[in-house]
Amino acid sequence: MLSPFLLRLAILILFWAYLGQCWNILSGYAGQFSFGHAAYFGLGAYTSTLLLVNHGLTPWVGMLAGGLVAMSGGLFIGFLCFRYKVRGVYFALATLAFAEILRLIAINAAFVRKSMGIQIPLRGGNSWLRFQFETTNIPYYYIILAMVIGSIIVVHVIQRDKLGYYFKAIHQNEEAAAALGVNLLRYKMVAMAISCFMTGIGGTFYAQYFFFIDPDLVFGPEVSIEMLLRPILGGVGVVWGPLVGALVLTPLSEVTRGLIRNPPAFLPFLFPLKGRSGVDIMLYGIIVIIVIIFMQHGLVGMIMAKRRKWARERHGME
Amino acid sequence: MTTEKRLGLFIAILAVGFFTYLLVFHSQSLAAWWRIKRLVVVQSMVSGLLIGGVYALIAIGLTMIFGVLNIINFAHGTLMTVGMYTTLCTYNFYGIDPYLSLLITIPLLFLLGMFIQRVIIRPVMGSPMHNQLLLTMGLSLFIMNLFLVIFRAEPMTLRTSYSGSRIFIGTIMISFPRLAAFGAALGIVVLLFLIMHHTDLGKAIRAAADDSDGAALSGINVKRMYLVTFGFGTALVGAAGSMVMPFFTVTPHAGETFNILSYVIVVLGGMGSISGALIGGLIVGLTESLGAVFLPGSSKLVGVFFLFILILLFKPEGLMARRTGR
Repeated sequence: MLSPFLLRLAILILFWAYLGQCWNILSGYAGQFSFGHAAYFGLGAYTSTLLLVNHGLTPWVGMLAGGLVAMSGGLFIGFLCFRYKVRGVYFALATLAFAEILRLIAINAAFVRKSMGIQIPLRGGNSWLRFQFETTNIPYYYIILAMVIGSIIVVHVIQRDKLGYYFKAIHQNEEAAAALGVNLLRYKMVAMAISCFMTGIGGTFYAQYFFFIDPDLVFGPEVSIEMLLRPILGGVGVVWGPLVGALVLTPLSEVTRGLIRNPPAFLPFLFPLKGRSGVDIMLYGIIVIIVIIFMQHGLVGMIMAKRRKWARERHGME
Repeated sequence: MTTEKRLGLFIAILAVGFFTYLLVFHSQSLAAWWRIKRLVVVQSMVSGLLIGGVYALIAIGLTMIFGVLNIINFAHGTLMTVGMYTTLCTYNFYGIDPYLSLLITIPLLFLLGMFIQRVIIRPVMGSPMHNQLLLTMGLSLFIMNLFLVIFRAEPMTLRTSYSGSRIFIGTIMISFPRLAAFGAALGIVVLLFLIMHHTDLGKAIRAAADDSDGAALSGINVKRMYLVTFGFGTALVGAAGSMVMPFFTVTPHAGETFNILSYVIVVLGGMGSISGALIGGLIVGLTESLGAVFLPGSSKLVGVFFLFILILLFKPEGLMARRTGR
């Protein structure tokens, strides 16, 4: 069996791959660049947690409820934006503002315990019904694995369906798509609904895995950034993009964080930095800059371009 | 009549109706409320306008960069903390007054901006928006956490002899450093206007903003204009960072709020419009400080974001949209 560290790492990789895929549906396929997916993530997390803490409802039902609440939030802001043709940068900024509004409301609203956050009561033991496993992480691994597989299936189905072609048309040229009779508002709303519903479910998983949520953790801009970082690194609008991005980025950040916390003897230059927070995220920033400058289509895009080039060269040889 | 206009009219009628209702049926309690709140409201309007001048300075830097380079600079707020920490260090080590330190921060940030543009921004000019956004976000993460490593997360303050001094006009109290920051910000804005409208450099920058191909054809080195504009934008936000130090607490994450506020201002005023950013800054400063009076707890920014979403929906081109319409 995997060691606890590796198991935790695997769960985090899958978790961010899942969220990246959610973002990818709206922003990668349908081309509506969202900068505030934390809003739907937080709505999902808070809905299921409040239902659990206040009414004792199992998080499995809470998950669905959270997904629906997140979807309603997404459809609300989506309708306003798409109806009034808010696009591109403006759409990104509007979603960012929406997430920030929710964060500020959560900080000040007594029924979500303000900025103190909500602790999920630990009842001891492991229970599938309660979606709570205290002594083992393995069930979380299978749950998030199933969620990732589910998200990839959803994307596959969308891609093979008419819907995928509509999304692609909207992404590439809205005016042309509209001229060809694609109902822009309807299909953008569909993309929004799917993406937000799935993001909300991810929020519930977060709450049940970490047993704690607060406004900054689930509604903060960092969440939105983390969510879009992996698909962009892996490849925007590519099925495997989020997973590839998560496979690279998540271990990297976890390992650097570990190295700074406990510098090994063979890396003496790290000792002065021991215990200082920030070094890992600094590296993160540098990696992002390098990736964007040198690999504009993401890792998957780069690999595919290389393969095409090799194929062409082989043809040339024959 | 379009749906938008009808909806706008509907909202306007509702608002007017609501206020008439308040005036007619609740004038007594309204008057009582005003007696209690009057001083607070006027006071917060004054301080809102003062801080609005600094916001305007920040937003002008951002809007210039957007207007000329067509780049969304997400590191803008973080560059402000560079100015803040520079001022803090020059004060702590050499005892240089924060306002005198402008002479150091402005050239320093100008050079830093040009360096960033040359090394990081130039390779992604013209690439998809999400790449630019992510790139500048990476830069922001880098700078923010560099400061976290150097200065740690503890909030730091700079207290000068005049930090607590204030001026009274009637019953209204005006904090002297805030007034000074407002004055300095306005001075720099006026200087910038003069540069943009009365020098060859300014005219060349505006030409590059309006039509980069046309500017290049008439012999303007557009790449150099991009470089200089990014330097200007960075210098402006750095100057704003220096100015607020006498009454502001700096942390490595202090730039984030300013970052988001400056986006609101730029969209409010119209992307790329300098005068729009000036007006937008004052409006946002007012909205924020009035929000602090009327909204509970730390939700004073909710009003600002609400205003932002309304503007995005009903007037996404902003109050002072540029005529070139890009």
